[in-house]
Amino acid sequence: MGSSDDLPRMDRRVAIQWMLSAAATFAARDHLAIAADAPVRAKGYGPDPVMAKIYKPGDLWPLTLTEPQRRTAGALCDVIIPADDASSSASSVGVPDFIDEWISSPYPAQAGDRRVILEGLEWFDEEARRRFSKPFADLTHDQQTAICADVASAKVKPEHRKPASFFKRYRDLTAGGYYTTPEGMQGIGYVGNRPTATFEGPPIEALKHVGLA
Amino acid sequence: MPVITHDKLQENYDVIIVGSGAGGGQTAYTLTMEGVKVLVLEAGRSFDPATEVAMFQLPSQAPLRGVPTPDKQYGFHDCSINSGWEIPGEPYTNAHPEPANQFRWWRQRMMGGRTNHWGRITLRNGPYDFKPRTRFGAGFDWPISYKDVAPYYDKVEMLIGVFGTNEGLENSPDSSPGVLQPAPKLRVGELYAQKHGKKLNARVTSIHRAVLTQVQDAEAIPAKLHPHNATAQRILAEHMRLRAPCFWATDCHRGCSIRANYDSQTVHLRPALATGNLDILPNAMAREVTINKQGRATGIAFIDKTSGREGHAKGRVVVLAASSQESVRLLLNSKSNAFPQGLANSSGKVGKYITDSVSTSLSAHIPAFEGMPIHNEDGAGGPHAYVPWTLHDQNREGGLGFPGGYHLEFTTGRQMPSLTTLNGIDTFEGNGGVLFGKKLKEDARRYYGSRVGFGAQGTMLPNDGSFCELDPTVRDQWGIPVLRFHWKWSDFELNQARHQQKHIGELLEAMGGKVSPKTDADVLKSLKPGGTVIHEVGGAIMGDDPAKSVTNLWSQTWDVKNVFLADGAPFASTADKNPTLTIMALAWRMADHLMDELKKGNI
Repeated sequence: MGSSDDLPRMDRRVAIQWMLSAAATFAARDHLAIAADAPVRAKGYGPDPVMAKIYKPGDLWPLTLTEPQRRTAGALCDVIIPADDASSSASSVGVPDFIDEWISSPYPAQAGDRRVILEGLEWFDEEARRRFSKPFADLTHDQQTAICADVASAKVKPEHRKPASFFKRYRDLTAGGYYTTPEGMQGIGYVGNRPTATFEGPPIEALKHVGLA
Repeated sequence: MPVITHDKLQENYDVIIVGSGAGGGQTAYTLTMEGVKVLVLEAGRSFDPATEVAMFQLPSQAPLRGVPTPDKQYGFHDCSINSGWEIPGEPYTNAHPEPANQFRWWRQRMMGGRTNHWGRITLRNGPYDFKPRTRFGAGFDWPISYKDVAPYYDKVEMLIGVFGTNEGLENSPDSSPGVLQPAPKLRVGELYAQKHGKKLNARVTSIHRAVLTQVQDAEAIPAKLHPHNATAQRILAEHMRLRAPCFWATDCHRGCSIRANYDSQTVHLRPALATGNLDILPNAMAREVTINKQGRATGIAFIDKTSGREGHAKGRVVVLAASSQESVRLLLNSKSNAFPQGLANSSGKVGKYITDSVSTSLSAHIPAFEGMPIHNEDGAGGPHAYVPWTLHDQNREGGLGFPGGYHLEFTTGRQMPSLTTLNGIDTFEGNGGVLFGKKLKEDARRYYGSRVGFGAQGTMLPNDGSFCELDPTVRDQWGIPVLRFHWKWSDFELNQARHQQKHIGELLEAMGGKVSPKTDADVLKSLKPGGTVIHEVGGAIMGDDPAKSVTNLWSQTWDVKNVFLADGAPFASTADKNPTLTIMALAWRMADHLMDELKKGNI
């Protein structure tokens, strides 16, 4: 929606084509030759998709990540959302698939993330090799955490600015992707979406919690 | 008579209605229950709420976690198809490029129109809302008053099923005894706002929404709504029994396959079809009201979108209920020698005086809600409470710098997580870093549901700078000229927006939230652009004077006696109340008058 705000007289399809070709031009200028970095040519689901159906990443458009990229993506997801006693890890509930779907999206709002994430994953692998001589996915948890901590800190070094902005975005997508799954919802404490015969209002302990009882 | 295809059109109908949403649905219901033969033309396809809506699907079961895309502009699971601010092949234009002069136009091309997608907030206009000129010396008084509409508010509320309480508020009217369904209990955040709002004289009370909280009384209500009409009573009773009360889960915007909330098909069109007096033709894009030599409407020329073929439906009466601006467009496109400026436009007022709700919003994190004991507060798929406008004494003559007032809608609590649920998670403890790992999971649990947001919706009176006309060059994919919009905020709206922001900020602070003060420039930016509240009304306003208005007090055009309007187009201003209930009440009232006129042979 937002992207078309500036283009009130431009047909939406034209606008999308324009933005995609602009993104493609930008990509072509870059020195990085990631195979998956080609512009997305798939079509969207259209204005009348079947809503009452369960979709999974890859159903509607082809995915992007290569196997090595996918390993890095999964490892990074699990540093962000590790398993604990109460809930599972991000990769165990398919969050890397969601991120792959996201960066493979034919829609303009996701086009910027495609580049940021593909480059970011590459940086994490390069950094892992530079410091620990192994791909990121093969590092110990402590080693992975050390790299993440560098780019997650409030005061990042100048050379970490770009990976830091990638990490923030990747964290947002990982956390959002995770908490929208059944396991993530349970983990965060969402217990709705269940039909009940009556609505009883808040329990007494909730009222007490905020000083209403 | 059923949902038909082009080749099954009857030779002639008593009444042709353009549009199947709240106004068209109510008109079709009222007329067919009394034996009038009706055709409804709908530009979108047929849609079955029983099988097509996605009630329980999680965001993880939708593409891109269900976020809005250009194809589904309110998100994947929102009950809207072939709809949006921009629809391929169906452009509209804005005359001025400045952001503050933009009007954005939501079109919902599907059976039932926008009633498939709304919050079901069902508030009555109050007495002051019909008389802004008398009260504030601005805008136009409507040619009707609250007491003219009150009986129809009661009837519509009984028919569609509305929960709420009677609070005896000034200008936020009570319903008659026995009309409302019981209000659901308030959620903890709503109760908390109620307690702490008192410090600011903000009264948090039960909202009115078109959601059944119990089974409708299929014995009593049909007899009240259709006295002396046994057939109508039987049909309505049968359809009321098909509706289940709310099961306290799922967002109403997704639609409701158990028929607990109102949409036009469930409540209006199904019983209307059961009378045998209704044909509905979907995929029919109305192009023009056709006219005979006597200057009377003869029907509607339309494009059959399935074949691209032009068609013509003939009727004695034409009712436009295509959504306010689409009806305006039809009138402007119905040019003839007799009506060179478009139909019913001898006043030059068709397209003039468009208004929308004046709306800003603000949210804050409420520390008291952190670590809330886990519980299910889905409730009735939308708000249970709101803050009605009560500052009448301070604003008796517009002393606050704007006419009318605004109500606050708000969302609290533990809603189904979305992709953006954790937005702001890094700011709560203020170290500026990006949280991850164990700490992120702990904080997610602790802060989830602790944000509260208030959105204001306020009075807008018409001004000379907010109107539409035909674009001189742009046409849609069927060759139909499109609308070009002009939009202008007056000082009234800007003053109101400032008041809203200050008031909401104080309210959030009273609840313990931390709000950063906004500058004056932010206030203009915070105002939602014209049209984006999707409460746009006006463009064919009703009045007492044929030189200054398009319709009389019955929404009947002054110039063409057999053309009526049944959507928001006749509204002479936007109240601080959501318009849908008033659209339905005026449609029922209009339809009663229309039948009187038919009986008298006047049309």
